[in-house]
Amino acid sequence: MANKVGIASYGMTKFSRDDIKIESILLESTKNAFQNCSNLNQKDVEAVLVSTNNNSKYLSAVLSEISGIKPKISHSVESLCNSGTNAIVSAYSYIASGLADVVLVAGAERYDSPGQVLEWDNSRGEFKHPIFWASIFTKSYKREYNVRDEELALVSIKNHHQSIKNPNALTKKEYTLDEIMNSKKLTDDLKLLDCSRPCTGGASIVLASENTINHLTDSPVWITGIGQKTTSASFTKNITFSAMESSRISANSALKMSKHKADQIDVIELHDAFSVCEPMALESIGVSSKGKGLELVKEMIVTDSPKINPRGGLMGSGHPLGATGIAQTIEITQQLQSKAESRQIDNPKIGLVHNMSAASTSSTVLVLEN
Amino acid sequence: MNVESELEKGNFVVGECLKCKKTVWPPSDYCSLCFGNVSIKDGPFQGKIIEFSKQGNDYFCLVEFNENVKIIGKITGETPQINQNVMVKKCGIQNGNYFFEFISS
Ligand SMILES: [Zn+2]
Repeated sequence: MANKVGIASYGMTKFSRDDIKIESILLESTKNAFQNCSNLNQKDVEAVLVSTNNNSKYLSAVLSEISGIKPKISHSVESLCNSGTNAIVSAYSYIASGLADVVLVAGAERYDSPGQVLEWDNSRGEFKHPIFWASIFTKSYKREYNVRDEELALVSIKNHHQSIKNPNALTKKEYTLDEIMNSKKLTDDLKLLDCSRPCTGGASIVLASENTINHLTDSPVWITGIGQKTTSASFTKNITFSAMESSRISANSALKMSKHKADQIDVIELHDAFSVCEPMALESIGVSSKGKGLELVKEMIVTDSPKINPRGGLMGSGHPLGATGIAQTIEITQQLQSKAESRQIDNPKIGLVHNMSAASTSSTVLVLEN
Repeated sequence: MNVESELEKGNFVVGECLKCKKTVWPPSDYCSLCFGNVSIKDGPFQGKIIEFSKQGNDYFCLVEFNENVKIIGKITGETPQINQNVMVKKCGIQNGNYFFEFISS
């Protein structure tokens, strides 16, 4: 029987557009994770995983040294935008298998990350920047479900509104429908305020086995479901452009592992890299039926509920690629511990994290419970 | 002679597995199904526009050819339509990046 794995501590940095060394970002969130857990000692940490797309080398060993850790296992994880949750899954596996009891996962990125463009994907021709796949997804979703740009803009309104209550968010600025509709037109189907913004930021999380976690925290949050799926690396190999196939499969696996149904989820952090990603993700996870994701977004606005992307998602918080999945997981952890302050939803029991890469060619979904 | 060097010369070709005949795209050294060696499959290939959008004055289209080959390229001088039949008018590789331009067919 595999060991149970829980979240013992976490630390964040502010998200910014600042020019900060990657090592400094990693250390800052790691320091905060240690300071957030008085019983955690460097010698407890048996593995250190770094999640980033940064080109610097040997970062897990560097972070270990400057944090005073001599881990058994240390390495980096890179998988574009879902590096963070992928690193958490690796950490989970080390603990579940008994190879480690306590694992530090540190994610960091700079505003100028090389992970923003997948150079390898030549089927995209000269249209390699993410705004082009996002435009194709948006056009395809609008066509399939007869959706207007004004309706998609609701995602941006909601997530920027929620980011006001996130002390680490990049912009913390609200936008009106007019401001979003009149923001810089990037393509016929995408405006600047439909996009999340790459930024500088870090997020660290400490996972621990069932036997050790009680020494570290009295409010552990358990990882009870994991689903991952990679369908391709090429954007154009997607079988549909109005849904997220890898997200559907990974959400299904994660929910099955946790023995829950999508309608039991109390709080969700999902990968709203662009406005259209939010309804597509809600539908792929199974929280909304096909073409109905925006109805749920509208309902969240009308009821002022932070249930979906309480910290403001990627659009509101900023998107430091390697840190994003970890920051999402920290938000759900805080929600389940009732420590999310003004973002707190009422008494959640089950939370879900959805993190994906490169137009949903790869997705990771985690189910967390308190 | 390989697929990429043909693309570089402006000839739109795809790969084909010598062993199982599967189309190999994007260009790769071996077949993703059986790891067989790859030869060149010559066009011309008929494609269909399955989605498009526009940046500035330029339309960019997602075009599907047979055998699950899908690429993104430009179309100029006409407004694209979904399901419109197109062919590759121009292609090439510039600074390691492919480019494609389509024409109605
Ligand atoms: Zn073959």
